[in-house]
Amino acid sequence: MALEIDSKEPIGSDEFMDALWNCVARLYGEYGASRTGLSLIDYDAERRFLVVRAAHTAVEMVRTALASITRIGNKSVAIHVLCVSGTIKALYKKIRL
Amino acid sequence: MKRTYADLHLCPNLADTEQALSMVKKASKLGYRMIAITFPPNFVEADARGLQNACKRATMDFATRVDLKPKTPDELLKGLRRFRRRFEIVAVLCESKDVARQAGKDRRVDLLNFSSLDFRRRFFDLAEAELASNGLASFEIDMKQLLALEGPSRIRLLSSLRREAAIAEDFGIPIVMSSGASGELLMRRPLELAALANLFDLGQRAALDAVSRNPMSIVKRNREKLSARFVAPGIRIVRRGKDC
Repeated sequence: MALEIDSKEPIGSDEFMDALWNCVARLYGEYGASRTGLSLIDYDAERRFLVVRAAHTAVEMVRTALASITRIGNKSVAIHVLCVSGTIKALYKKIRL
Repeated sequence: MKRTYADLHLCPNLADTEQALSMVKKASKLGYRMIAITFPPNFVEADARGLQNACKRATMDFATRVDLKPKTPDELLKGLRRFRRRFEIVAVLCESKDVARQAGKDRRVDLLNFSSLDFRRRFFDLAEAELASNGLASFEIDMKQLLALEGPSRIRLLSSLRREAAIAEDFGIPIVMSSGASGELLMRRPLELAALANLFDLGQRAALDAVSRNPMSIVKRNREKLSARFVAPGIRIVRRGKDC
């Protein structure tokens, strides 16, 4: 999934992943979170753009969790899903289009 | 067919023009093609013109909305009489059972909004749904609350929303999901709003309809009614002149 962070303040990749894991665990529990297979693939702090991998069976869960994030630490944020693809190669291709 | 997405509840601070305009731009960037902004009942049309032009520049459609918050059914009726023809969307914030029942059966009401967090003060039950199913009102869910709350209060809200969404589906009452956002960071893409509906067990198709087809049909229906050519449901003036 290609994501965009909307915030006035800089957000670190660790901070973001912690917030995402916490959010998934809060909404779906530890069992649900363990099924998402979340991992960070790419992070561009300057463009506030990042790519995360998730199990294809858990895409909707992750999308819901991302939409429900309003704060990371003390910073107000909104995370938007730019696109979703089955392979990383196709994802980058889609973003360039 | 490609869906056209709408957010019928944006609440920018109208005194801060810059913020309102940036929210309009943001809505366009997020993929909406129609937005409705809440105005106070005593607004002047010139206030809306700037926002309307901004929407036009962003290739978006714009609708005016009023939120009525009556304390009694009589107050609601007075409000509807005064404002129905001035606004394209009329929403009623139901804070008492009597008001909710009156709003449910009145065909001038477009959206029923139950914003209370106390489940005893959310009046969208079977009786309300029965009344609303004979009227034209849709059930509106503001996502702002879902985003703002945490912990037990969010759990209780989700439980109420799950019950209410199931009732609305059973009675065939259209559900409309809106952001209710007062700032840019509370705005979400249409597909993100639909994903949040997973949390209260609304199916994917119903969730997508709630951000596209249902809100669009409200605006279309009301524009038809507000047009000068409208006579009665199903009857409109096609041509005027001496030869007619």
